[in-house]
Amino acid sequence: MEDILAQAKKVAEEAEVFIVSSEETPVQFEANRLKRIQGKQNTGVALRIIKEGRIGYASTTDLTDTRRLVANAAETAQFGVKAQFKLPQKARYPKIDIFDPDTESISIEKMIELGEELIALVTRHTPDIICEAMVAKDIITLRLMNSGGGEASYKKSIFSLSMWGSLIRGTDMLFVGESQSSCHPLTKPREIADVVIQQLELARNRASVPSGKLPVILTPRGVASAIIPSLMVAFNGKIVLEGASPIGNKLGEKVFDPRLSLWDDPTIAYRPNSRPCDDEGVPSQRTPLIEEGKVANFFYDLQTAALAHTGSTGNGNRNGGLPTPSPTTLVIAPGKTGFEEMVSDIKEGLIIEQLMGAEQGNILGGDFSGNVLLGYKVERGKIVGRVKDTMVSGNIYQVLKEINAIGSKPEWVGGFVHTPPIYCPTLSVASK
Amino acid sequence: MTDIETAAPQLADLIKGYSADYIEARLEESQRSYITYRGKELESIGQATATGGNVRALVRGGWGFASFNEIGDLPAKVELAVKQATLVGREESNLAPVEPVVDTVPAAHNPTTKPLAEKKQLLDEYNELIWRTPKLQTSVIAYGDSHKKVIFLSSAGSHIVQERSDISLRLSAVAAGDGEVQQASLSVGSAGDFKAISGLHLLVERTAKHALELLSAPQVKGGEYTVVLDPVLAGVFTHEAFGHLSESDFVYENERLRQIMVLGKKFGGEKLNIIDSAAVPGLRGSYKYDDEGVPAVKTYLIREGKLVGRLHSRETAARMGEKPTGNARAINYRYPPIVRMTNTYIEPGSASFDDIIANIKEGVYVKNWFGGTTAMEMFTFSAGEAYMIRNGKVAEALRPVVLSGNVFTTLNNIDAIGNDLEMNQGGGCGKGEQMPLPVSNGSPHIRIRKCLVGGR
Repeated sequence: MEDILAQAKKVAEEAEVFIVSSEETPVQFEANRLKRIQGKQNTGVALRIIKEGRIGYASTTDLTDTRRLVANAAETAQFGVKAQFKLPQKARYPKIDIFDPDTESISIEKMIELGEELIALVTRHTPDIICEAMVAKDIITLRLMNSGGGEASYKKSIFSLSMWGSLIRGTDMLFVGESQSSCHPLTKPREIADVVIQQLELARNRASVPSGKLPVILTPRGVASAIIPSLMVAFNGKIVLEGASPIGNKLGEKVFDPRLSLWDDPTIAYRPNSRPCDDEGVPSQRTPLIEEGKVANFFYDLQTAALAHTGSTGNGNRNGGLPTPSPTTLVIAPGKTGFEEMVSDIKEGLIIEQLMGAEQGNILGGDFSGNVLLGYKVERGKIVGRVKDTMVSGNIYQVLKEINAIGSKPEWVGGFVHTPPIYCPTLSVASK
Repeated sequence: MTDIETAAPQLADLIKGYSADYIEARLEESQRSYITYRGKELESIGQATATGGNVRALVRGGWGFASFNEIGDLPAKVELAVKQATLVGREESNLAPVEPVVDTVPAAHNPTTKPLAEKKQLLDEYNELIWRTPKLQTSVIAYGDSHKKVIFLSSAGSHIVQERSDISLRLSAVAAGDGEVQQASLSVGSAGDFKAISGLHLLVERTAKHALELLSAPQVKGGEYTVVLDPVLAGVFTHEAFGHLSESDFVYENERLRQIMVLGKKFGGEKLNIIDSAAVPGLRGSYKYDDEGVPAVKTYLIREGKLVGRLHSRETAARMGEKPTGNARAINYRYPPIVRMTNTYIEPGSASFDDIIANIKEGVYVKNWFGGTTAMEMFTFSAGEAYMIRNGKVAEALRPVVLSGNVFTTLNNIDAIGNDLEMNQGGGCGKGEQMPLPVSNGSPHIRIRKCLVGGR
C-alpha cells in the first residue's frame, strides 16, 4: 500500500490508495434442500490521484502489478474532472462496533443447520411451498491511506439469512419472502419464518380491488420497495447539485407531513452498512434528511460537497469506481398508530407488502408505479385476502405530504432500512 | 503479474486428480474502461483490470464453488471446492453429457485498446448535442467497455480459451420546469464494435428534445388498453414476460411449475414464435461456448404459439431429460454459471406498422426501453416514450408508462406481429446477484389487447 502511494506521488500532487478484501461464504438452498456452498476470496485496489489539478482513477485485483495501476490512473487524469477537494488528513473516527468474532467463527455446518431449520419451519406450515434460502457470512477488511496523511482501516462482519418461497396452485403463483442481515450471526430462523408464515396466512384467500383511488397502507417492506428509491435520489447531493432533485431548492422548507422524519445513519452498532468512516476517510455521522416534514440536509461525498460549497456528510461510497454520494442505513422515525388501528380505519383499501417495478418509473420526479407482487385487500377494517393483477401509482411528493398515520412499530427491511408502516390517504389503483 | 495462460496447465492437471463426480475451472483476465458525464461536465473516467478464477466441483449432486483473485496455491482452491461439494452432496450427480472441447475463440474487437481520447471525443460530441436543447436541467452519459479472456477447463478434458468484448452506452436527458422533472433515455451497445455506437447524433438530439416534450405531456389514465409496442420495447417484453419463465432452473425442481410449463402447452396465437440464440453472430448475447463449455445453439421457445423448448444448463437438462442448450452463463469468475438468456426475440410476421394501428380507436403506442422486471407469472416493464393512438393514428405524447401483465394471458393477447424485426443492444439483464449480463432482445412491432397500464 505504501509502495503504491510512493509510486503515485512521483506522478501526481496527491494520491489515495484504497484496498478492500473479503472472504464470503454463501450457503445456498434450492427446492427446499441444500444445493451449493461457495467460498469467495476477493481483493481489490483502487488508486485515485490528483495530477495537475485533475482526478485520475484506476483499479485492479492484481496487487503485484502496481506499475500498470499507476500508469492507468495517470492516463485517465489527462481527461479527469478538476478536483475541488482536499483529501482528508489524519482524523479521529467514532468507535462503531461492526465486527463480531462469532460471525467469523460460525461453522459451515451450523450455517447449513440454520438454513435447514428455516425451511423446515416454513414447509411445516405449508408443505407444498418450494423454498430457496441463503445463509451467508462475509468478513471484510478495508484500508485506505492518502498523501495528506489520512489513514483508516476497519474490519467488518456481515451475516445474512434470507428465504423466498413460491407456492403454485394451478396457474396461480404466490411469492413470499424475507431477508435480514446484521454484523452478528442471525441464529433465530424462527423470526424470518414467522414473517413468511404470516404472509402465507394473509394470502390464503384471493380478493379483488376496483380501479380508482384507494387508501393504502405500505408495510415496512412496502415502504422500502415503493418510496425509498425516490427518496434516495431526491436527497442525493449530486442530483441536488445538478438541479434535478425536486426538493433541491427547498432546504428548511416543509415539503412532507410534519410527522415524517428520516435520517441516514452509519453509526448504529452492528448494522451491515455501519462504519467508522466512509470510503474517502471522512468520519461517519448521523445526517438528518427530513426533520418533522422539513428538508434538513442532503448527503454528500467530498467532490460533490466542495462543488456545492458545503461539507461531506461521510456518504462517499465506492461501487467499483470513484466515490459517489450514497445512503448508508436509512431510518424513518416511528409514529403513534398501531398497525391494527390503521387497518380498522379502512372501509375499502389495500395493504402493500411488495411492489414490483416501482423504481422503473420517473423516480427523479418522485413517481412510483408498480405491480403489487404481494398485497392484501382490506374491507371494513379487515384483511380479506391477497390481490393480484393490480398496479398502483403515486408520487411521493403528493403521498408523503399528508399522511393518514405513521405506524408505531418500525422494522428492519433487509438490514438497511428501518421503517414503520405508512398509511397513505389515496393511491391510484388499476386492476383487471 | 500473474498470467492465466501459465496457470492453466497446472490447474487442468489438478482437477483431473481429485475425487469428485465432475470438476471445472475458469480463469479470467479482463480490462475495462468507463467514462461518465453528469450535466455538461465529465464526471468520472477510469480503467480497471482484473485477474481471477474459480473452481466448481460436483459431488453426489452437491456443488462447491471457490472463487479467488490470487492465482497462487491452486491445490488449496480445488480442495476447498471439493470439500464444500462433499458437505452438500446427498444424492446422485446428474449432468447432461457433452463432448469435451479444445478450442480457441478470439474476439472480433477489443474496445479497451482504443485510446481514451477517441472515446471521449465521441461522447463530447453527443453531450454537446444534448445541451443544445433548451431548458435542460441535466444529463447523464454512461459509457463502458470491456474485453475478457476466459480459459475454461474441465475434468472431462475440455480446454477452451474464449475472448469476449462488450460496449454499452446509455444517455439520459433530464428536463425540468414548474417543479416537474422528466427524463428521456437512449441505450445502445455492441459486442465490442465501437462503430455501432458512433454516428448516433440524430438519435441523441431527438432523445434530448423528447425529455422537453414530456414536461407538457399528460399522464395516461390507468386501466386496460390496446397497446402497440415498438421493436425495442417488444424485445424487453419478450425478455421479461416470457424469457425468464423459460429459464429452466426455475422449473426443474418444482413439480407444479413443471406441470404448468409442459412442452406443447399453448401460450399464444399461431403466428407467435419466440427464439433464444447465442449462435447468431455479433450480438451482445452471442458466444460460441457457454460457461460450462457447451456449444451455443438456436432454441425455439415458442413455435406457432406452443411451448416447444427452454433454456438449460447441463444439470437442468439432465434432470428434465432434455438436451443442453448452452445457456449457463456467469457475469465473471466470482460467480458460478446459472441459466441465462442470450439473444431473445420474436420472429417477424407480415403486418406493417400501419396495418397494426389502423383499427385501434383508442390505444397506447409505447416505445423505447426504460426497465423491466418479472416474478414468473407477473411482469412489469416500462416504456421510455408513450403516445395515445386515436382512430388509427399516433396522437399526442404521454408521460412514460409502466405496463404490467400476466404471462398466461398477455402472450395470448398478442394479435398482430409486424414485419420489422430489430435487435436492441442496449441494457443488460440481472438475475440473482449477477448483473448486468450482456444480452440482446428484439421483436417487430406487436399489438397486445387488454394490457394493464399504470397511471393516474
